Amino acid sequence: MSEKIGIPESAKLVVIGAGPGGYHAAFKAAELGLDVTLIDPEENPGGVCLHRGCIPSKALLHVAKVVNEAAESAEIGVTFARPEIDVDRVRGWKNEVVGKLTGGLGMKVKQLKLTHVRGMASFKNSKTLLVRSHDGDEGEIVFEQAILATGSRPFMLPGVQTSDRIMNSTGALDLNDVPGSLLVVGGGYIGLELGSAYCAMGSKVSVVEMTKGLLPGCDRDLVSQLKRRLDKQFETIMLSTKVAQLKEQKNGVMVSFEDKKGEVTKKRFDKVLISIGRRPNTENLGLENTGVKVNERGFVQVDGQRRTAEAHIFAIGDIAGDPMLAHKAYAEADVAAETAAGRKAQYDPRAIPAVVFTDPEIAWCGLTETEAKEQGIKVKTAKLPWRGNGRTLTLGREDGMTKLIVDPETDRVLGVAVAGPGAGELIAEGVLALEMAAVSEDLRKTIHPHPTLSETVYDAAQSLFEG
Amino acid sequence: MAQDILVPEVSDGVTQGTIIGISVAAGDRVEEDQTLLEMETDKAVVAIPCPFAGTITEVLVEEGDTVQVGQAIMKGEAGDGGAQAQPEKTEQEKPAPAAETAPEAASEAAPEPAAPPAQEALPPAPAAAPAPPAADAHVDQALDLSPVRTGDRVAPAAPSVRRLARDLGVDIYQVQGTGPAGRISEQDVRSFVKETMQRITGGGPAPVATGEFPGLHAQRPLPDFSKWGPVSQEKLSKVRDITADAMSYAWSTIPMVTQYDKADISELEAFRREFNLKATPETKLTMTAILIKVCAAALKAFPQFNSSLDLAHKELILKHYVNIGVAVDTPGGLLVPVLRDADTKGIEKLAVELNETAVKTRERRISPADMEGGTFTISNLGGIGGTAFTPIVYAPQVAILGVSRSVTEPVWNGREFAPRNMMPLSLTYDHRVIDGADGARFLRFICEAIEKPINLVMKG
Repeated sequence: MSEKIGIPESAKLVVIGAGPGGYHAAFKAAELGLDVTLIDPEENPGGVCLHRGCIPSKALLHVAKVVNEAAESAEIGVTFARPEIDVDRVRGWKNEVVGKLTGGLGMKVKQLKLTHVRGMASFKNSKTLLVRSHDGDEGEIVFEQAILATGSRPFMLPGVQTSDRIMNSTGALDLNDVPGSLLVVGGGYIGLELGSAYCAMGSKVSVVEMTKGLLPGCDRDLVSQLKRRLDKQFETIMLSTKVAQLKEQKNGVMVSFEDKKGEVTKKRFDKVLISIGRRPNTENLGLENTGVKVNERGFVQVDGQRRTAEAHIFAIGDIAGDPMLAHKAYAEADVAAETAAGRKAQYDPRAIPAVVFTDPEIAWCGLTETEAKEQGIKVKTAKLPWRGNGRTLTLGREDGMTKLIVDPETDRVLGVAVAGPGAGELIAEGVLALEMAAVSEDLRKTIHPHPTLSETVYDAAQSLFEG
Repeated sequence: MAQDILVPEVSDGVTQGTIIGISVAAGDRVEEDQTLLEMETDKAVVAIPCPFAGTITEVLVEEGDTVQVGQAIMKGEAGDGGAQAQPEKTEQEKPAPAAETAPEAASEAAPEPAAPPAQEALPPAPAAAPAPPAADAHVDQALDLSPVRTGDRVAPAAPSVRRLARDLGVDIYQVQGTGPAGRISEQDVRSFVKETMQRITGGGPAPVATGEFPGLHAQRPLPDFSKWGPVSQEKLSKVRDITADAMSYAWSTIPMVTQYDKADISELEAFRREFNLKATPETKLTMTAILIKVCAAALKAFPQFNSSLDLAHKELILKHYVNIGVAVDTPGGLLVPVLRDADTKGIEKLAVELNETAVKTRERRISPADMEGGTFTISNLGGIGGTAFTPIVYAPQVAILGVSRSVTEPVWNGREFAPRNMMPLSLTYDHRVIDGADGARFLRFICEAIEKPINLVMKG
């Protein structure tokens, strides 16, 4: 697909990195009339999200959903044969999905007439980039403005290398095989999503988490909805437990665990997935040759327009700070592209939704109860279990919860959280409510379709009605 | 966390001022409400207090600078940063739990959904104006990473409304929402702009269109005075500048008449002196305090003296309150603080207020608001001397009372000349509003009330 494009000598706007932040910024800037050069090592845009993250993991989670629903449907009188997983075909289908999406982005690069340089870039100084293309060409681009969107990569345990048996999320998504037993190190959303997928495909999955709960930062009542189900599916969930040692052996990985009392136990697993967080890709970019400032956690410091300390260089997405989420990068990309095009823009979202695509899904936006407590903010909450919701029961489920967090004085919605199947879709209403500064009355006076899961938002808002 | 300190709104209609003194320097520890600098506005010198206790990290203005309301004048950090405190610029991101637990078996945090800290927009820098790689110190200045309003709830406005505000240059946090829970609508933003413009321009068309003619502030070319001897130039103070403008406007636009009379204050002076034997500097009874009360009574009896003329609408605006301005001579020029609701206060109370106000005014601690809203003015030059003078009406008021030095004169009482203490009064009035006969009656009312205070209660 890639024709050979030489490295241009100069550029009006250079976008470095073609993940969700980078390609979105490049497209937006081009639509606003800027002459855009996009630099990325891959053949087509997509970044981690499309190539090694959100999209392939959701494909595998769909497989998990099909398997689990088939197994659970025996309860409602429909029995399937035990599923056979053709790993090659699953992998092939997943890659097909990724190929379609990234190919579509590649077409858009051409339609918008971006200069797409396949390669890597680093700063020689604050006006010049050193570029090495994937086929070995080297060159320098003198640019007027730049948007940095180089993303992040998985964090590894110190002294541990990835191998056939020790994977990070990238390796797990490659889906080389379905191991008999899998240890997931880290109880965050990536570990739980991939653990769920491998579990459904037949692996015996164990999770080890250093803190005292899964999904640190998420309200416990939501997590408990998920944990009840995972407790049944997974072999073990070890909380407040550290991994003291990983030893690769011929037939597996020997892992030493240390619990909070200091007791050490050992267990062997076929494979280990390390999912303990991600770190921004801000090294090897030559940022030290510019005035761009990077904080001690490796994030580039930016202002409300996503400008770095060098006003003509922007930074967006994972390198510009938490949360490291594609949809946050999109929003920042818009702001940076509009600002680069001379428009007034400001990154000031009221809420950035978070979704954990496990089963049940967990999604939330705005203020959490945990934060309200930490910050001493007075709130009123409405928590509606899905047990009484018609659609939930007709899906063969009983779990799920919708939670509204409102200001007790003004009734203004401060936070929305959902746990249950499809929570990731339902949360969009909550984000809109927060952006529009809705009060709970707005939600309970909005007609929600029946019978749907969205009625739980309506019902939760009803329960906040006071005369 | 570094934050900008902005010029607060000091008074209605005051949009800018001149920095006349800076009391702190970068690195200074400051208390909440401590004076950071003094600003001379159209109306007064205002002390700008520090909004927090902490450390000043940067002073952005110099003495003599003209600053706008809302403009950043300093940067500072709230809290116990030492005097050496460096601006902390790393609090951009809320550390996610995951990041704190790096080595060993750390956990991956759930995706963090918290609303990010609101950040102040930088002034839009010209696109494609790359700065050279800067030294660290420069970078600190180049990048304002100070988040703002982290303590506040975010403004309740939809993204489209926030965008509109941004386009119109409106700080959304200043807009009062009219929707549920204070939600700000597009209409609220537009109303805010409209009201702000009306406040600044005084409503309606620009002042030029209301009849101010171009020749009003005209000046013919001045000769070169140095031809005849050495000269020096002194910059006009704000007060002088404003006084010049107000006086030339009044003199050029108001047809004025001055009416003279004398009041016999012999008995009143005796009473006043006796009263003051027991008085402190704070409670001391002055002739001006008595005159305030007498004038207040006169203004109630002659309401057209307590009015303003609106030629644009062909209306006389009658005020149902009596606020009396008193001209105070200060080293910086003439200022006119206002004593409110003089008709409802006793003379003792007025005396205390006047003494306090006079001190504050001379020390220029008076706020612009304390000099607004006057309905009538008294200018007492009796302490200095003179037999009479022609005060100029302080537009848009319609009358002013001038007081000169009282002297003992022979007064014919019907049988003989008796020595009486007589106080000369000069009443200037706007002849468009007040007829000569009413002018004479008004001044007579004042004289008679002074001579026989029973009149005060007889007529109102």
